[in-house]
Amino acid sequence: MARIELASLAHAYGPRPRGDADYALKTINLEFKPGGAYALLGPSGCGKTTLLNLISGLLVPTEGSVLFDGTDVTEQTSEQRNIAQVFQFPVVYDTMTVYENLAFPLRNRGVARQALDLRVREIAEMLGLTPSLMQKARRLTADAKQKISLGRGLVRADVSAMLFDEPLTVIDPQLKWELRSQLKQLHRQVGTTMIYVTHDQTEALTFADTVIVMYDGRILQVGSPQELFERPHHTFVGYFIGSPGMNILHASVEGRTATVAGRAIPLPRAYDRLADRARVELGIRPEFVRIAPQGEGVPVRINRIDDVGRFKIARVSLDGQALSVMVGEDTQLSGDSAAIEFDRAHLHVYADGQLVDGKA
Amino acid sequence: MTDTATVASRPMHSTGAARRAGARRRIGFSWLVPALYILFLMVPIYWLLNMSFKTTNEILGTFSLWPNEFTFANYHKIVTDPVWYNGYLNSIAYATLNTILSVSVALPAAYAFSRYRFLGDKHLFFWLLTNRMAPPAIFALPFFQLYSSVGLFDTHIAVALAHCLFNIPLAVWILEGFMSGVPKEIDETAYIDGYSFRRFFFKIFIPLIAGGIGVAAFFCFMFSWVELLLAKTLTSVAARPIASVMTRTISISGYELGVLAAAGALTIVPGAIVIYFVRNYIAKGFALGRV
Amino acid sequence: MTLDKTVNNRAWFMVLPVLVLVAFNAVIPLMTVVNYSVQESFAGNVFFFEGSKWFEQVLHSERFHAALLRQLAFTATILAIEIPLGVGIALTMPRKGPWVSVCLVLMALPLLIPWNVVGAIWNIFALPSFGLLGRAINGLGISYNFTRDAGDAWFTLVLMDVWHWTSLVVLLAYAGLMAIPNAYYQAAKIDGASRWAVFRYIQLPKMRRVLTIAVLLRLMDSFMIYTEPFVLTGGGPGNSTTLLSIDLVKIALGQFDLGPAAAMSLIYFLMVLAMSWVFYTVMTREEART
Repeated sequence: MARIELASLAHAYGPRPRGDADYALKTINLEFKPGGAYALLGPSGCGKTTLLNLISGLLVPTEGSVLFDGTDVTEQTSEQRNIAQVFQFPVVYDTMTVYENLAFPLRNRGVARQALDLRVREIAEMLGLTPSLMQKARRLTADAKQKISLGRGLVRADVSAMLFDEPLTVIDPQLKWELRSQLKQLHRQVGTTMIYVTHDQTEALTFADTVIVMYDGRILQVGSPQELFERPHHTFVGYFIGSPGMNILHASVEGRTATVAGRAIPLPRAYDRLADRARVELGIRPEFVRIAPQGEGVPVRINRIDDVGRFKIARVSLDGQALSVMVGEDTQLSGDSAAIEFDRAHLHVYADGQLVDGKA
Repeated sequence: MTDTATVASRPMHSTGAARRAGARRRIGFSWLVPALYILFLMVPIYWLLNMSFKTTNEILGTFSLWPNEFTFANYHKIVTDPVWYNGYLNSIAYATLNTILSVSVALPAAYAFSRYRFLGDKHLFFWLLTNRMAPPAIFALPFFQLYSSVGLFDTHIAVALAHCLFNIPLAVWILEGFMSGVPKEIDETAYIDGYSFRRFFFKIFIPLIAGGIGVAAFFCFMFSWVELLLAKTLTSVAARPIASVMTRTISISGYELGVLAAAGALTIVPGAIVIYFVRNYIAKGFALGRV
Repeated sequence: MTLDKTVNNRAWFMVLPVLVLVAFNAVIPLMTVVNYSVQESFAGNVFFFEGSKWFEQVLHSERFHAALLRQLAFTATILAIEIPLGVGIALTMPRKGPWVSVCLVLMALPLLIPWNVVGAIWNIFALPSFGLLGRAINGLGISYNFTRDAGDAWFTLVLMDVWHWTSLVVLLAYAGLMAIPNAYYQAAKIDGASRWAVFRYIQLPKMRRVLTIAVLLRLMDSFMIYTEPFVLTGGGPGNSTTLLSIDLVKIALGQFDLGPAAAMSLIYFLMVLAMSWVFYTVMTREEART
């Protein structure tokens, strides 16, 4: 297990990157603590897989360096870095049995027969693969194959880190849930540093202690699932995490008051010198917006109400700006208008997309 | 954990620190293998070209790695003598005719094999393939009798039809592979949208497998172009293929090696042009064909 | 064939044109051949039924045995050379970039040369008098003349076939290699696999299908080979390069012994068919089992 540091790391796929646009991954600095469970979360093409391959050594960065426990490993191969990686599509060696598949990485490293056998059986037991150990790997289902890929990483007891590149993409939804919780349990059991790439927020938030949200080759926020939910550092993070995502309203902010569509909304903190910023926005999660009692709050038009089971989501518009409001099952909404109020403590101010820290 | 992870999204591209991507890849000598192989392929062709630019006297008299008395006379003879250039036109005519014929009948058949199960489908498929295994030498004489008796002897259509024997199975095989790669849902969606089979097939399906049709056409043209035994057997004067004219040169006018070489060199040209156009599909076409 | 296909016997109508055209070309001539094979002909137009006489005669003839033996030796030799060589070249070919097209176009070139031209090219290339190859070998102090020495004729014939057809194996193997997802190579790297292990456990199994096609095509086609050796050596010197097809045409057209020629054709055809079928079943069953 190693502490992984990325120092001024950047990567471009073309040979001669010129502008910002040529970089799939813009300069980043990041540290992964030993034994942590991390998720790299972001939409397709945000550079998360690039980042993963830079860590594993499948790609050599254009700029910057990768350090394992303080040692520069930038020029080392994945094998030298002692990395394990599970890919989006299950990779199994078709002609081998499950047992041989699991033993393959150990055989390549010249592990003695007895130790190898013990370890393979142990991992097979852990993953529930014992009954099919002697079967040919190509006959198995996608989830069993993915378990084998995972197992090939786990058999090596001393790996620096285990990396996952959207490993559940081809798994049936039902089994996805099962594998996900199994993975979390495995992390607790083996304690290896794990880095998990996904575009699915549920996967990221359930698996990781620390989530790294990426967009367009940049890291927008690093934090625990709770932090990402309560204090998104960027409007994109607010919008991308949570379902539905954070409401973002165009506003002007002056001191402790925000003005949206001509209505003053009191803020928990004071903000100054925001007038010169191009875009000022107010962010609040649907969970912290309520339907106001009669005669109070900000009037809105109700566009639609989605019933998702335990609660309802009211899609409303405030002077043309769309908002989602979470409403309890028993709240009655009639007609096409209502009034809403905001939970003041959870109002955030964003300037040009970035969170602004106000003064208490 | 959050506080230790610092974020700097500011771009900082110092070109001095820039590393060429893949700098670690070792530069080996593996390129030598294909290079030597291509050299091996090209040397005999070079020798053919070399001969084609020499006079007969030089070929028989001296040995030289390149023509000393460079001449176009051999090529000139081919383009001016109607026996020679008609040979070309005949070959192109029946190869083209065969390509059109093979691909157009193979299309519906390949669709049937890729989409439906029907009585005897597997046996039929294997039977079709066995015709590719039939040595043309066996069929030479019966073909001669068959096509003579139906009055098609010495016509382009005779050769084009005869070549169907091995080209149709191949075309069905290749097209079936490509069609199986097109999800069945596309057909179903089209029918739900109210397309008739005919309209669906021509408006939607054919454009989807255009690449496959290109590959199938390429192979049909190729095998029709390179085959000689049947083409020679089924023609005498009017539809005689270029390859057959060449064999005549050896037997009748003695040792006209220069002209022979020039004719040979010219037979490579259509193939080279066709390959150039379908180069991106060649490998794919084979890969998708099913055994 | 996949299982989710609908049963539809009307699909026969779509297959009908193919069936008619191929049957016209296959069944009628085949019946003619069968007809000849059981009859004795006089002056080409008087026939007597002879039953299995010709078949017995062919099967017991030393001439047929010799031709068959030569044919088997030839097929085995070219398969043993072309398949490994083709795979080797495909493995070393560039996987992307401008050189891919260059390689593919140049390599495919021999495949598109008419077969008699291939024979002619090798004839003038290998002749000891003015051929580059003939001159070069003799220049090295090795006596070489493929028109006189049986060994030299064999060497030239095999070399010509390797020149003509290895590219087909290369193209197929290359197509198979290109179809392997990159993740396999990455996983192998991470598992610490050696170059050999990557070939043995990833590349070879994934190429299995295309290699089956390659072996099948080369097996079938090498049994049918006629034009190239006919132009190159004419079956000589002596009978040393008289392969099955050449022998067949010699009997049928040269001596007009239609009966024996037809019987030999059928035996020959059935042999190719049986071998292809056995190979096909073995390969596909193997695939289904693993």
